[in-house]
Amino acid sequence: MNRNRRRTRLKTAIGVLLTAIMLFPVYWMLNVSLTRDQDMRKSPPDLLPLHGTLSGYRAVLDEQLPYLGTSFVIGLGTVVLTVVLSAPAGYALAKLRPRGGGILGFVLLAAQMIPGIIMAMGFYAIYLQLGLLQSVPGLIVADSTLSVPFGVLIFTAFMSGIPGELLQAARTDGAGPMRTFWSIVLPISRNAVVTVSLFAFLWSWSDFVFASTLVNGGGHEPITLGIYHYIGNNNQQWNAIMATAVVASLPAAAILVLAQRYVAAGVTAGAVKD
Amino acid sequence: MKQRTAWGFLAPVTVYLALFYAYPLYRNLDLSLRDYTVRSFVQGDAPFTGLANYRKVLADPTFAPALLHTAVFTAVCLVFQYAIGLALAVFFDQNFRLSATLRALFLVPWLLPLIVSASTWSWMLNTESGIVNAGLHAVGVGQVNWLTSPSWSLTSVIIANIWIGVPFNLVVLHSGLQSIPPSLYEAAAIDGANAWQRFWRVTFPLLRPVSAITLLLGLIYTLKVFDIIWIMTKGGPADSSTTFATWSYQLGFGNLLPAFGPGAAVGNLLVIAALVFGLVYVRAQRKQALS
Repeated sequence: MNRNRRRTRLKTAIGVLLTAIMLFPVYWMLNVSLTRDQDMRKSPPDLLPLHGTLSGYRAVLDEQLPYLGTSFVIGLGTVVLTVVLSAPAGYALAKLRPRGGGILGFVLLAAQMIPGIIMAMGFYAIYLQLGLLQSVPGLIVADSTLSVPFGVLIFTAFMSGIPGELLQAARTDGAGPMRTFWSIVLPISRNAVVTVSLFAFLWSWSDFVFASTLVNGGGHEPITLGIYHYIGNNNQQWNAIMATAVVASLPAAAILVLAQRYVAAGVTAGAVKD
Repeated sequence: MKQRTAWGFLAPVTVYLALFYAYPLYRNLDLSLRDYTVRSFVQGDAPFTGLANYRKVLADPTFAPALLHTAVFTAVCLVFQYAIGLALAVFFDQNFRLSATLRALFLVPWLLPLIVSASTWSWMLNTESGIVNAGLHAVGVGQVNWLTSPSWSLTSVIIANIWIGVPFNLVVLHSGLQSIPPSLYEAAAIDGANAWQRFWRVTFPLLRPVSAITLLLGLIYTLKVFDIIWIMTKGGPADSSTTFATWSYQLGFGNLLPAFGPGAAVGNLLVIAALVFGLVYVRAQRKQALS
């Protein structure tokens, strides 16, 4: 008994150590964001922010707030577009057995395999002609291409689990397909909506490829470009760069803390189910 | 009637796929078959040149290194991500306090925006002021020019990318481990198998379908990695970390005078590679669904 307990304690200790090693870069980002300018080039660097400064964060507030705002708007837009498009599609593929649904599923799978840089070039060519470069709606549409196929996949997997009797009962009560979807299927699928929304937001928040090709240089640049320009123009003030990075990571951290199980569900569902 | 309802629900996504996947892909194909300049781009009168862009790309001195780097980057990242992910999944599958919490924390690198991870690694690998060289110095290893020397740049971006990919492998393989019935381990233990034998004789073979999917998805994702390399090294110095993805971007957007045609051609070669592996993925999934 005692020996057993000692052994689990040892395992916990090893687990904590492995996690610490893995998360060291994250700690380092935090540490550098709090380091004073004059200590930045110190060799060896300080392992703890003993002479902590918030000047990096002050720089974020001064210069990066508009970028953060833009990212937020683009993220919300992507979430709405993704859910509106993929939830009905998931319902149809899971429950209505459309002829040709298999082909559509295959196309969605293939769509996830196209490298972002290829899509970016195609979008650039189209947007240039339509005058949509450097526009927020343009970037929302481009970012949604990352999340729509994933969304359909998650909704299909989730909605397949809804019992057919439930939908049958709704039909007996006189509900049409629209009403069944809206007042029964969608409320039951709340978890799937949360998962899809989380990933859609996170991916559009993190997007760099579309941002740097489609809105570069305009007035509507997201935070990823904010950091990128900051590094380019100013490779001395690493505390400010890392402070921006910390702030840009906050949505990911919040999502992990608040919705851990949705995240894990999304990762595995995206990989294993079809 | 029922068919019409079903396709009514599918109509938005179908239109969306046509407008925002098929059409950009078609435009990209069109780009790769014409001789584009910035002016002809707007006016739409670029001359059709057939496969000239592809010939140009294949004859380019960057082609061979980019192919090699793409292959090395993909293979090395895949092997390490999978091996580390599997080892961690087996470790965290055991019952001990904080196991689930720690496993969740491992997701952080995967969730961070790539610009954040890439710039953090850039600073950690900085030659004079980076923590990595400081650590190496402490154990008596001399300075390494991680990002500025052609012999190390590819290694640097590989390290960063492995770090980002481990969580995905961990989570998926862990979920695979959980579907292995505990009774099999008990039976193996009764037969006198030690932990090592239990891993190789029970865990590893039973994990094969999940492993195959994980590796194939990893392959497709790694093939298209762009952000990390571009942000850390821009494919340099002197093309030493260029892959097809960064080369395509470099041609199309990295210069003052963009070469959209060749850029699109490189990109299309990448699409073909991704789709070939994608077909393998679909076949593997179908086989798994049948078995």
